[in-house]
Amino acid sequence: MQSRSLPYLLLLPATLFLLCFFLYPFVLVAWQAFATDEGEVTSKYFAKMVSHWKFEKALYYTLVLALVVVPVQLVLSLLMATLVSGMKKGRDLILYIWTIPLGISDLAAGIIWLAIFDQTGFLNSFLHTTGMVDEPVAFLGYQSKGTIFIAVALAEIWRATAIMLVILVAGIGLIPKEYYEAAQVYGANGWQRFTKITLPLLKPSLQTALILRVILAFEVFAVVSALGGTNLPVLMGEVYNRQFVLQDNHTAAAFAMLILFISIVSTVFFMWALRTPKGVKA
Amino acid sequence: MSTAPNMVVGQSRAARWSFNIAVVMLCLWVLIPLYLLISNAFSAPADVNAFPKKILPNVDTESVKFFIGFYGVTKALWSSVQVAFLTMIMAVAIGAPAGYALSRFDFRGKNLFRIMILMTRAFPLPLLALPMAIMFIKVGLDDTVFGLAIVHTTLALPFSVLITFSLFSGIPLELEEAAWTLGCNRLQAFIKVIFPLVLPGITASAIFAFVTSWNEVFAAAVLTIENRTLPAFLLQSLDDAPLHLKFAGGAVLVLPALLFLFFVRKYLFSMWGIANR
Repeated sequence: MQSRSLPYLLLLPATLFLLCFFLYPFVLVAWQAFATDEGEVTSKYFAKMVSHWKFEKALYYTLVLALVVVPVQLVLSLLMATLVSGMKKGRDLILYIWTIPLGISDLAAGIIWLAIFDQTGFLNSFLHTTGMVDEPVAFLGYQSKGTIFIAVALAEIWRATAIMLVILVAGIGLIPKEYYEAAQVYGANGWQRFTKITLPLLKPSLQTALILRVILAFEVFAVVSALGGTNLPVLMGEVYNRQFVLQDNHTAAAFAMLILFISIVSTVFFMWALRTPKGVKA
Repeated sequence: MSTAPNMVVGQSRAARWSFNIAVVMLCLWVLIPLYLLISNAFSAPADVNAFPKKILPNVDTESVKFFIGFYGVTKALWSSVQVAFLTMIMAVAIGAPAGYALSRFDFRGKNLFRIMILMTRAFPLPLLALPMAIMFIKVGLDDTVFGLAIVHTTLALPFSVLITFSLFSGIPLELEEAAWTLGCNRLQAFIKVIFPLVLPGITASAIFAFVTSWNEVFAAAVLTIENRTLPAFLLQSLDDAPLHLKFAGGAVLVLPALLFLFFVRKYLFSMWGIANR
């Protein structure tokens, strides 16, 4: 084999696969959102999406959930990554425990927090046993959107902080140790070293972590289904309802386009906000 | 794993203590909810629905037995295993050659390919299930294990490429060159020298692909009806299933994934370290 054509040959399967099953389907879904089955270009599916009474709520809850969950996760994962890097004994064990939720599906995470927030669940049992409530509270009832929201947010924070942690720990591992030693020699304290060395040099990792995490946050679905059923509408849940329950492919595709749009906007935002100036590298 | 710098000066006693307390609290934050699920899954159905609940369960396998015996569960489990297995094979078979090419060659279009791989991560991939549903009906792959495995491979492929890329990059080119000078051709050198070295890492990326598919809910629920996987089955029975069925199902979903991830834990970090750049 010629080594000139070899790399292309090796990339061929992956390229073909992604063209067929990634790029082409995205063209298809966009076409579905903008055109009728007869091929006529129309905006009526978007009009239908926007006019649905759940639309605003689904958009609102998806965005607010991301706005609440992601900053908490950012702080939490930075704290965890910093703690871990200051550790000598037991580092691997602690990291393993903290990354356990990485292996847990969103549906399972929802079910786990259902065990806590359900009417006969552990939180109610605790409140009842300690005498704080007489009757179990319906935290997840259809009238308590507030507590459903809190339960979903907690479940999301619990489940998906690990992915950011892994990226940040890997990023901190790339920062040369000498910087910290030098800072220490000049008398920088822990906080100063964190803000002057770790944070700026961690920018590329923070960018990756935030982009990935925010996109996943916009896809929130199974956690909400497990905890709130359809009481707390989110965008991905509406896609599912349209596609699977109502068999309305076109409006489902319109919702998909909306999720894609906000994902791209947030990606571009983080690429701009956390850009690394040219020529500067850790 | 590289030992990271000590960023917490806290040599004073109070600082040491607050450090330890924070670590323990965060461990409990992760472990307690998990414990509550497992404790529910291994309680008798009557205890699961009882109020108030006990923190220490009377261990009982009745709920798990009920779940396994429930109509459709064994079939869903079998579908899950099949889909995850197919995903694993496809992701590695397609991803590893690409990873090797990226680590060993400089060629035109290399950056374009890398951008395409990174792009897949900037898209909400489960949405692929929508156009795929229509594509699959046309080609007769609708509601099949193989069709779903294709969508799951799209999810797992970028990671498989990135992990294998970092694996191959970690092996010095000189090793391969030495084998060539000793009379191996490219393929022989790969099989005899490189392959044994990367085998544990390849296994790790395979397991990662398996878990990705095993845990995926949305595409599975949209694309399958008869051949529902376990997450799709659980999702669709959320409304009407009794609590003990949900918890036992959740535990059956969680435990294999945790076990598998335990074996690949050290690769999680090398993978993301490279993927950052």
